[in-house]
This record gives sequence, C-alpha cells and structure tokens, in this order.
Amino acid sequence: MYDFALFFSFAFPPMSLTRAQIESIALLARLELEPAEIPVYLESLSRILDLVGELDRADTGGVAPMAHPLPGLTQRLRPDAVTEEDRHELYQACAPQVAAGLYLVPKVIE
Amino acid sequence: MIHKNSLTELAAGLRARKFSSVELVRAYLERIEASQPKLNAFISVLGSQALEAAAAADRDIAAGRGRALTGVPIAHKDLFCTAGVRTTCGSRMLGNFVSPYDATVVAKLKAAGAITLGKLNMDEFAMGSSNETSYYGPVRNPWNTDFVPGGSSGGSAAAVAARLVPGATATDTGGSIRQPAALCGITGIKPTYGRVSRYGMIAFASSLDQGGVLTTSAQDAALMLREMAGFDPNDSTSVDTPVPDYVAELDAPLAGLKVGLIKEFLDEGLERENAQRVREALAILERLGASLREVSLPNLPLSVPAYYVVAPAECSSNLARYDGVRFGHRCKDPRDLQDLYRRSRGEGFGAEVKRRIMTGTYVLSAGYYDAYYLKAQRVRQLIAADFKRAFGEVDILAGPTTPTAAFRIGAKTADPITMYLNDIYTIGANLAGLPALSVPCGFIDRLPVGLQMVGPHFAEARLLNVAHRYQLETDWHRHSPERFA
Repeated sequence: MYDFALFFSFAFPPMSLTRAQIESIALLARLELEPAEIPVYLESLSRILDLVGELDRADTGGVAPMAHPLPGLTQRLRPDAVTEEDRHELYQACAPQVAAGLYLVPKVIE
Repeated sequence: MIHKNSLTELAAGLRARKFSSVELVRAYLERIEASQPKLNAFISVLGSQALEAAAAADRDIAAGRGRALTGVPIAHKDLFCTAGVRTTCGSRMLGNFVSPYDATVVAKLKAAGAITLGKLNMDEFAMGSSNETSYYGPVRNPWNTDFVPGGSSGGSAAAVAARLVPGATATDTGGSIRQPAALCGITGIKPTYGRVSRYGMIAFASSLDQGGVLTTSAQDAALMLREMAGFDPNDSTSVDTPVPDYVAELDAPLAGLKVGLIKEFLDEGLERENAQRVREALAILERLGASLREVSLPNLPLSVPAYYVVAPAECSSNLARYDGVRFGHRCKDPRDLQDLYRRSRGEGFGAEVKRRIMTGTYVLSAGYYDAYYLKAQRVRQLIAADFKRAFGEVDILAGPTTPTAAFRIGAKTADPITMYLNDIYTIGANLAGLPALSVPCGFIDRLPVGLQMVGPHFAEARLLNVAHRYQLETDWHRHSPERFA
C-alpha cells in the first residue's frame, strides 16, 4: 500500500505555496528573511508539504492522536510549591542587555 | 597506544593503576588537537579543566574512592548544558551562551567520575543528517574526510570513530545517534523515551528527543548508559522505573531469541550490498541460536511524513524562546521589539533551522492544525500499533540503519528532502518512543554500514545483550580508520 520507493522517486504533482504565504509564515515565526531566501523556502516548503501530503493515504478514522510516546502515561505533575532559589544574577549573566536586574528591550508602549 | 583500549578497559586499567588519568587525558587531548584540522569534531576543548579533573581522579583512585568511570575521558555533544562552559548547540544563536547549570546527564557522568574533554560539533540545533548545518563548519568522516560523518551527532561519532575519546554523549530525535554510528562504524544506542533525562538537553522536538551514547562497542555503551540513565524529577517525561545493570546482562545467551526482519525495510530503496551486509549479520545471530522471521509494519513507510510534521511543529514552539532578550544572539540597534525578534532570529539561525521553524509554524497555523498536526499524531499512533503487534510475535526487530553508506560532503545539501530520507529507517523508533541501537556490520567501498535493532519499551538490556554477543563473534567494531590509527 505504501512504498518507500515512492519517496525516492517523488512522482506526485507539487503542492505550491505562494510568495505571500512564505512572507506571512516568516512574520508569524518572527524570522527576518533576505529577499533572495524567499524563493528558496517557497520551493523547499512546497516540497516538504508534498511529502507530508502522503499522510492522507492513511485511514485514521477512529484513531486518537498520540498524546505521549509511552502508552498509558501522561505528563507527571509536581506539587505547586516554590522549589527554585533566586539565581537571577547568574541567569542574567548571559543576557544581551540587563540593568538593575531587568532585561532591556526596545520601548514597547509610547 | 593507550587509545586502542575500549572504555571498559580504560576504566579497569585506571582502577588497577596501570596508568593514571592524567596520562590518559593528556594522550587524548593530543589526539584531539592533531585531528581538529582534519575532522573538526570539537567546538570547545577543555584542556586545563580536564587535566585538573584528571589529577583529582587520580587522587580519588589512590584513596580507594574510585567509581564506575573515575578518570575516564569522555566528551559531550554541544547541546548538553555544561555549567560555566560555552554550550552552542552548533548555532550562531548560542555562540556566546555559557550555561549556568549542568544537564542531568552531564551531572550524572561527572558523579560517576568521568572527565569531560570538550564539547562536540553537531548539526545546528540537532537538525540535520550530515553535520553540514553546523555554524562551526562541517565535521568530516574519519574513514574518508571527503565524506560526511552523518548527523546530527556527527562530532560525537567522528570523535569516537577516530579514537579521540572512548565514548561520547549524543541525542537522537529521528536517528541522530544511530545514523552517524552506522556511517562512522561505531556503536550507538537511543534509549526508550523517558529513560534518560532531558533536563539541560537543549530541546528540538520534545516528544521525540532522547539522549544516549556513542562508543566503539555495546559493552562500553552498556557501562556508560547505566551511569546516565534514571529518573529525574526535573524532567516531567522522565520515567520512574529502576535502571537494570546493563553490563551484568550482556552475556545472556541468545538461544530462543526471536528476531523480526522488517519487510518494509528490505524493499526497494535499500542498496543491494547494504542488504547483503544486513543478511550476513542476521546469519550470525541465527548461528547464536536466534530464529528469524519476516514481519510487516505496513504503516512504517509513513514515518518520514509524520516526522516532518511533528518534529518541525515542536521545533517551532521550542525555538520560540530565542528572542534576543534573555540569552543568545541579539541584533544590533533594533528599531522596535518586532525588529529585535525578527532580526535576532533571522541572523542567529541557519537555513535548515529556519526551514523547520517555518514548516512547523505553517502546520500549526490556524486552519491547518487538524489537517497536519493531528493527522500526523494519529498516524504516529498507527505506527506505534504496528510495532506493538510485531513485538507480540518477536523479541526484537532488525534491519539496516541507513539506506546507504556515507555520502560526499555537499552531495545532498541542495535538496532537503533527499537529506531527510537518510533517516527513513530510524525515525519509526522515535515516533513510537522505542529503544534502538546500531552496530557496525561491515563495509561497502571501504565505508562502514550498520545493523539496526529495535526493541520494546525499556528493552535496552536485551538490545545491548544481542549487540554484545554479535560483537563477540565479529570484529567490525574493532576496525578503526587508518589515518587515525
């Protein structure tokens, strides 16, 4: 039914994104792209979506989406108690810009 | 010639005081320095720190305080956080990041007495199968330096194959331990999801990422993994079950072992010679008392498409933390907050990382979530069910680790899809959270290839046992590249 050889040959028709879609995805992802990068991502993302389109061949009716890789297990919760000590000086030592224990960012509110 | 010893032999030799840890560390540091222009396996080398730790290890051994790995040199993939030491994840984004804490894996190996010689090169944020996406330059394969070592743990694999360290940590999200192990002719194990703590392991795709080891033999992998594995309250997906003594179980006989050959893996797409090497390896297991039968996992060929939804989706969310504010690269003179985010990320991430973030952003965006992400998580369930059914019939599954041996540097960089297909045989185990390992099983045109074995959840001991018995009958794992003899 499914065949690895198919992936190697890649015969199905390409699904195509548009330039505007790539720009919108880059904005959502907060990534600045050079103009020359846009056609590159346009081509490769379209091809990745073709590859991913193979999933439509699977009949997943009545199958629940996997929530945890180990069957029957869920995320463990911990008691809602403070366990961390204040180490902000150590953690802020690798920040690009800090002052008086605060992270500095460009002005947000005029 | 001290580097001809296995990690197990080095640990024993140190305890018996045949040589000192300082001698050992010095010898390996020299090898690392000499190899660096040829292989580029390391991003950081910790010479003076390592020698100080070695002197302390020698004092511990003299005082009878030696532990399992006291004085044994190792190195960490540069995505394990190391307190006070630069941790780059192969990215410009973290080029100046000095971790404030140790990953649990790093702390556990330190507690067992191991000495860190440095941080190993890798594909940027572990996204790659050839170690060509590293901001710090490609790693070269010690068997032929025109070829890739595989990825993303390419630095770890090249370093162990060239005997620059006897063992290294690595991580595997879609094959990043097993694929470079195969391409460099060494042994690598990806444990069950939740077996090794992910605390302090820089996240790529959290439901798939798992830490493991690269060594020359299964025996060494058993020793190192035993010290690394275990419950960690700091990782909410860490599983609270006892860690067996993997070393003690290595010698169990294989009589009665049922090995399943994954039918879908032996179809077209696998090179004839590679298939031949795998069949020769399986014949040895048969001779040791195992029985072989073919099993079908009909949904397994959908692993690659399912992975290229789930992994980029999780990547886009995990990598949202790199915002140029709290740590990591920040662009110069941002105009406003949006500009700060977009340029810091645009400059800090390389092309493949951006591609995956954008793929993930798209599949999670409004209107597409059900069609892509939920669909992939449903297919993932079908793949897991295929494995479960197979493990009702057989004890372990076996097949090739990769479709081909190593390829030339640059041969697959132009086409991401061709690169993604390198992991066609390894991704399934990640999607189902299963343990899997790769052992060297021969050569094609003087480049190594690997046999992959996959087991049920928490069957690491059985996999290491089968691999060890195989390695008692073969010497592929003892071959080392001539240029680094």
